[in-house]
Amino acid sequence: MSATTTDNPPLLEIRDLTIEFATRAGPVQAVRQVSLGIRKGETVGIVGESGSGKSVTSYAVMRILDRAGRIAAGSIGFSGIDLPGLPEREMRDLRGREISMIFQNPRAALNPIRAVGRQIEDVLIRHAQATRATTRARAIEMLEQVRIARPEERYHAYPFELSGGMCQRIVIALALACGPQLLIADEPTTGLDVTTQKTVMELVTELTRARGMSTLLITHDLGLAAAYCDRVVVMERGRVVEDAPAQQIFRAPQHPYTRRLLRATPRPGARLPDLLPEGEAPPVEAPEATPGPVLLDVINLVKEFPRAGSGGLGSWLRRGPALPPARAVDGISFQIRRGESVGLVGESGCGKSTTSMMVMRLLERTSGSIQFDGQEIGAIAPRDVTRSALRRRIQMVFQDPTDSLNPRYTAGRAIADPILRLGELRGAGLEDRCRELARLVGLPEALLGRFPHQLSGGQKARVGIARAIALNPELVVLDEPTAALDVSVQAVVLNLLQDLKLRLGMSYLFVSHDLHVVKLLCDRVIVMRQGRIVEQGPTGQVLNQPAADYTRALLAAAPAAP
Amino acid sequence: MSATQASPSAFAASLRHARHVVTGNAVTGLAFAMFFLFLLCAAFGPLIAPYDPLASNTAIALQPPSWAHPFGTDQLGRDILSRVVVAARLDMTVAIASVALVFALGGLAGVAAGFFGGWTDRVVGRIADTIMAFPLFVLAMGIVAALGNTVTNIVIATAIVNFPLYARLARAEAAIRREAGFVLAARLTGNSELRILLTQILPNILPIMAVQVSLTMGYAILNAAGLSFIGLGVRPPTPEWGIMVAEGASFIVSGEWWVALFPGLALMLAVFCFNLLGDGLRDIVDPQRRS
Repeated sequence: MSATTTDNPPLLEIRDLTIEFATRAGPVQAVRQVSLGIRKGETVGIVGESGSGKSVTSYAVMRILDRAGRIAAGSIGFSGIDLPGLPEREMRDLRGREISMIFQNPRAALNPIRAVGRQIEDVLIRHAQATRATTRARAIEMLEQVRIARPEERYHAYPFELSGGMCQRIVIALALACGPQLLIADEPTTGLDVTTQKTVMELVTELTRARGMSTLLITHDLGLAAAYCDRVVVMERGRVVEDAPAQQIFRAPQHPYTRRLLRATPRPGARLPDLLPEGEAPPVEAPEATPGPVLLDVINLVKEFPRAGSGGLGSWLRRGPALPPARAVDGISFQIRRGESVGLVGESGCGKSTTSMMVMRLLERTSGSIQFDGQEIGAIAPRDVTRSALRRRIQMVFQDPTDSLNPRYTAGRAIADPILRLGELRGAGLEDRCRELARLVGLPEALLGRFPHQLSGGQKARVGIARAIALNPELVVLDEPTAALDVSVQAVVLNLLQDLKLRLGMSYLFVSHDLHVVKLLCDRVIVMRQGRIVEQGPTGQVLNQPAADYTRALLAAAPAAP
Repeated sequence: MSATQASPSAFAASLRHARHVVTGNAVTGLAFAMFFLFLLCAAFGPLIAPYDPLASNTAIALQPPSWAHPFGTDQLGRDILSRVVVAARLDMTVAIASVALVFALGGLAGVAAGFFGGWTDRVVGRIADTIMAFPLFVLAMGIVAALGNTVTNIVIATAIVNFPLYARLARAEAAIRREAGFVLAARLTGNSELRILLTQILPNILPIMAVQVSLTMGYAILNAAGLSFIGLGVRPPTPEWGIMVAEGASFIVSGEWWVALFPGLALMLAVFCFNLLGDGLRDIVDPQRRS
């Protein structure tokens, strides 16, 4: 694959591409003088953090920039055709037949009210790749190729009946149906579980290689690029800063930004301070962990959800016994000691978030016991929790920093909220405390008057953390606090969390899907699957000598930068 | 709080933002200009009007538009321009009062229905369904006829007729935000359910409600004028656009078109202006647009 000969002319050649967006403050260049080429059969990755212009570049190739964006300079050549100059009619023929694209959210990319088989047929018919008589067979063949089990049956399925990984496979089938020469995959596995990510990426690699196709993989994940690309292009703020064979990028990164990005990526063997850029002060050195008395004791916790359609008129009309309720959390027990951080790891739907919501008393438990500092809190109804004395002692940092901040509160007001409701400080004392909290989480004081949409993702995450620690809680539940953040921001936030924990003596329940991240911050790990605990123990032991097959599969599926 | 310290500059920023919205879009600018013209008429109508809107002079009855009477005169010789200008106050008052009433009641009921669900939702939903089951204008007629022929009752009737629109919109928007991260966060930071409803949910659906306000404002004016047109509500000789159109209608056949045209035009422009205002209003109250 990397043995592509030099005389092989590029299939796609982008030269000095500059893309401008018209905004209120005048034109903004999202992409500046970007040049890159993809040869036939080559897989090229564009890696960069949010705002680096990697997606915009691919939209320009497909000519699907939104109305405010335009190509200001440069050229895009596709096997000799000048794409920006092509009439829209011809471009429409090209899309799907010669160049096709996979998007980040497979569910959003599929028409929700049309059977998936019909959607594949639509593409085939649009590009005259099949006649009415043969489309059905062709569509089923495509489903087979993307390894959908029982393709004849699934032909009639609607997107909502399929899992996220299966939807992405359908999208891949759509993209490859007409045998294009170039596939653009824009964050194709973001939002999918690691094991699903692995199967999807392997499928893409296998199918494209078999057809001799070229692939442009756009991702924020260096590990993913390392595992599946021949060549990697690193972009920063609209510019290409490095373009080299994958192995070389990881072994001998040239540009300082690439080096910073590599450093910030959680990888085997790295410790938390290793993630920060060189020369930056590491947090307080972790003293030898001395777990205190048990703070949180969860015993045989169960959460059942009624199945859809049970109860009400539906069950009354239906014959036969009612379906048993679904068990999202199926009798789990664990402990968190004072000053300890415990990671709760698992894939989507394993019950980890449900568990954290029950600990937070945002969700009623079905049975089992939750003891906090020796006191049974499981019986407190979610609606009474606001008034209980407990509220000050357990707090939470939410997954999505944007969604968890009221768009109409300034950062300062959001941080002050818990103190106003549950604390005693008012007036000048409150202002001082907010400033102190901002300092503690590294949020510039000047930003306290801003609204969430005026803050970056990392700044919003800091506001969320400051709000959670405002009342000096004893236990903080962190629900994927870095999942929505860029790696470099994630590195800083993880270090901040570690620093705060050591300084303030809090305990963490860290909920995450990413074992590499959990390893950095946690003393102990609990691995969950389908509502049950598969394995738990000290972090080093679980990650280095996993006892359960599932833990081993999780570890193997996570792509890591070499 | 640092937010309160920064309030003078925040106010200046709001003004700057409002100016940007008004000047950035010609249509919005036009709508706001028309809106201020109507407000001016409503506030200072009797002072601006060149003649007494009630003074009749049969010597100059049914005169076509001229320099002395730009909109002409009606069958009693009253100046139509003066009557159109003075009528603005009554029509705007009815529209604004009824919309304010339904905004408060329908909005709160809808938000509560969407947020609490359960019985609150069912009760509010069924009330809205019941109102929707009637032809709305006929319902408004019925309410005014039953309650009595007064301006207050026109306001109440118009508000009731608009209730489902507000309640349903607010319900849907509140239901979307019920499980949002910031609502859960507010619950964890010790906010009571009622406080979450008022400080977290309600302010965030105001932008959407604002658009609804301006749309129904136009409808409220039409509704009030329509009731007067068929003889309910305002009585002659009070100047009111609906009555004036009704009175002028009989003269169109005989060629005196101006009697009905000008009040009708004022009515049309007012409705048009409120509909255009919706988009601009949304841009002003939505913090997301402020960057």
